[in-house]
Amino acid sequence: MNETLRNTALFAIIAALIVYTGFAQSWNAALLIISMGLISSIMALGVNLQWGFAGLFNVGIMGFVALGGLAAILIGMPATEGAWSAGGWGILGALLLGAATVVAAVQVMKRMAKGWLRTLVVLALLIGGFFLFRAIFDPSVAAVEDINPAHTGYLGGLGLPVIIAWPVGGLFAAGAAWVIGKTALGLRSDYLAIATLGIAEIIIAILKNEDWLSRGVKNVIGIPRPVPYEIDLQNNAGFVERAAGFGFDPVEASTLWVKFLYILLFAAVLLILLWMSQRALNSPWGRMLRAIRDNEVAAEAMGKDVTARHLQVFILGSAICGIAGAMMTTLDSQLTPGSYQPLRFTFLIWVMVIVGGSGNNFGAVLGGFLMWYLWVMVEPMGLWLMNAITYGMADGYWLKDHLIESAAHMRLMTMGAVLLLVLRFSPRGLIPEK
Amino acid sequence: MDLLNAFVALANYVLVPGIAYGSQLALGALGVTLVYGILRFSNFAHGDTMALGAMSAVLITWGFQAIGLHLWVLPTALLALPFAILVTIGLLLGTDRVVYKFYREKKAKPVIFVIVSLGVTFIYNGITRFIIGSDDKNFLDGERFIISARTFKKMTGLQEGLAIKTTQGLTVITAIIVVAVLFWFLNKTRSGKSMRAYSDNEDLALLSGINPERVVMITWIIVACLATTAGVLYGLDKSFKPFTYFQLLLPIFASAIVGGLGNPVGAIAGGFVIAFSEVTITYAWKKVLGYLLPDSLAPDSLVQLLSTDYKFAVSFVILLIVLLFKPTGLFKGQSV
Repeated sequence: MNETLRNTALFAIIAALIVYTGFAQSWNAALLIISMGLISSIMALGVNLQWGFAGLFNVGIMGFVALGGLAAILIGMPATEGAWSAGGWGILGALLLGAATVVAAVQVMKRMAKGWLRTLVVLALLIGGFFLFRAIFDPSVAAVEDINPAHTGYLGGLGLPVIIAWPVGGLFAAGAAWVIGKTALGLRSDYLAIATLGIAEIIIAILKNEDWLSRGVKNVIGIPRPVPYEIDLQNNAGFVERAAGFGFDPVEASTLWVKFLYILLFAAVLLILLWMSQRALNSPWGRMLRAIRDNEVAAEAMGKDVTARHLQVFILGSAICGIAGAMMTTLDSQLTPGSYQPLRFTFLIWVMVIVGGSGNNFGAVLGGFLMWYLWVMVEPMGLWLMNAITYGMADGYWLKDHLIESAAHMRLMTMGAVLLLVLRFSPRGLIPEK
Repeated sequence: MDLLNAFVALANYVLVPGIAYGSQLALGALGVTLVYGILRFSNFAHGDTMALGAMSAVLITWGFQAIGLHLWVLPTALLALPFAILVTIGLLLGTDRVVYKFYREKKAKPVIFVIVSLGVTFIYNGITRFIIGSDDKNFLDGERFIISARTFKKMTGLQEGLAIKTTQGLTVITAIIVVAVLFWFLNKTRSGKSMRAYSDNEDLALLSGINPERVVMITWIIVACLATTAGVLYGLDKSFKPFTYFQLLLPIFASAIVGGLGNPVGAIAGGFVIAFSEVTITYAWKKVLGYLLPDSLAPDSLVQLLSTDYKFAVSFVILLIVLLFKPTGLFKGQSV
């Protein structure tokens, strides 16, 4: 069987699985799987760029995805009335001041001669800057958070169309990736893993605790959509008529239509990124990256700047994760910082890339769809399995209750086992790198 | 008097918790550093190894409590610890046989080991949650305090109380014993010396007839002891909750790297550096400053540099600084 046929068959199997879900459960569920599958594929493309092309191990995907989510509310939500005049400018000024302090300290570090005087000046700058920052920052934050805390209590956003947030989310993630890459790249490969693990935890901590920015665990809901609302469609006589023409009732037709529009948007983004990734993979730049990945020493001897290329590809890959994060928040219409978990947003994406085939962009897309489908299905399957195991036990028996209750934790084990098995027995994945 | 009060407040809120937390981190970092030194990868599964070890201890403790076995004023968990260690040893040796050995024989790149250890992390985490659930579990019994704040106030007549929890005292004593035994083992016994030789230069060690599989086995056994002890002590001191152990990974790695990966002395020093930075930066200094400064200068605010929600940011920033300025760590660790 030739390669193209085999790959087409793999994609066809996934399509068949989704269509089956459509018939067996509902088309709404099937469309939802497709749209999340598209977003997952984009994340997997980003990680594949880092791991498959360059061999960089990023354990902080969750953080970059969350930054994209933050972009969605900063761009999409309307500004909270009075928040900017109450404390917004103060916060912004304080943040700029903090950044200026760090820049000044770095400059002093670079320009002054080494010695105790330099250490003293740098310390004085940092400590003085920190207290000045807190003196401006704290009252401004309190002022902003006091504005109608039950509904707003945060700065709000710019009120622009939310699609603009997608590239902006990419920029946010790229910025964070630059900071991490600058420090951890060029050292041992494990250091990047540990540093990214750290930045992800901190980004989530910031989203959870800085209420002025993201409302924290109170969540931002109702981010304006790029597509029409169901209720508007149902009140639109033309739409209802057309739906009736196809034999749908208006409610179902409107929910399906909205999901379909989302899918079109996401598919467009995926196709553009996939095209770009393919071009990159087959360009001299892509060949250079693979040469570096396969033999760093030889590539360096050929005059390639390994650290600079790594930084470049790390930033690009993280930016793609940021874009996908913004898209996901757009789809959910809400940002819930409490829901970001390493299993779902870091580990699952890794499993997608490795199962699909690291180093192959189509593999990443396939892995994205396949693993997302499994992710959705593992929980009901686990429950079914537990029900089957405990079938013979009496109701109310402690082991039965315990097993059924624990079915929710099956995901952790399944994903871990899938990763280990694929790495061991088929390390090249479903669609191997050419 | 004010000076004394200030010191007692400092001891109560910073020194005592810092020493206890530092000992727990040091034990955790020792495990990470040993795996790094011998098997040459950063073991992401270490946090969840601690969780699994602590879980076994919790279950065994409950069993002992159910049959009425107690350890007088000390927590019953101490009695369960050796059994929990046995469980963890079995688990780690089994994991090594099933998972890591294959890649070791293939001489896979370190980054593959890291990915594999991440897979192991989630399986361990799944097992832990599957067996014991994801909620807080209490397994502490016995006397709660060595000195309670009230007794201390009565004894000294000071305004500030100094409370030392049994678990804190226990943590420090256990950590000292464990570290002493570990260093004795590494420096004085034949097996320990072969481990150090293997860590320094693998090829040379092989040439001198050291059996690598034996070294690896001993390493996992020691790591199981360290991880279980650290996990149980942390669980007794704070509370046992599976998810917190995954989050402990960052401070533990930071400790190991700050001290120099692969260097046991460094791991201990790193543990205390991280713990004290975390505690001092997230502590509200109002009380201490209130005693030290004249009334007119006493601060109104809490004088807390960073809220406790960001305690992980502290270890992260220290980690970044070390990576930027001294990637081999304070004590010379293995290659960059």
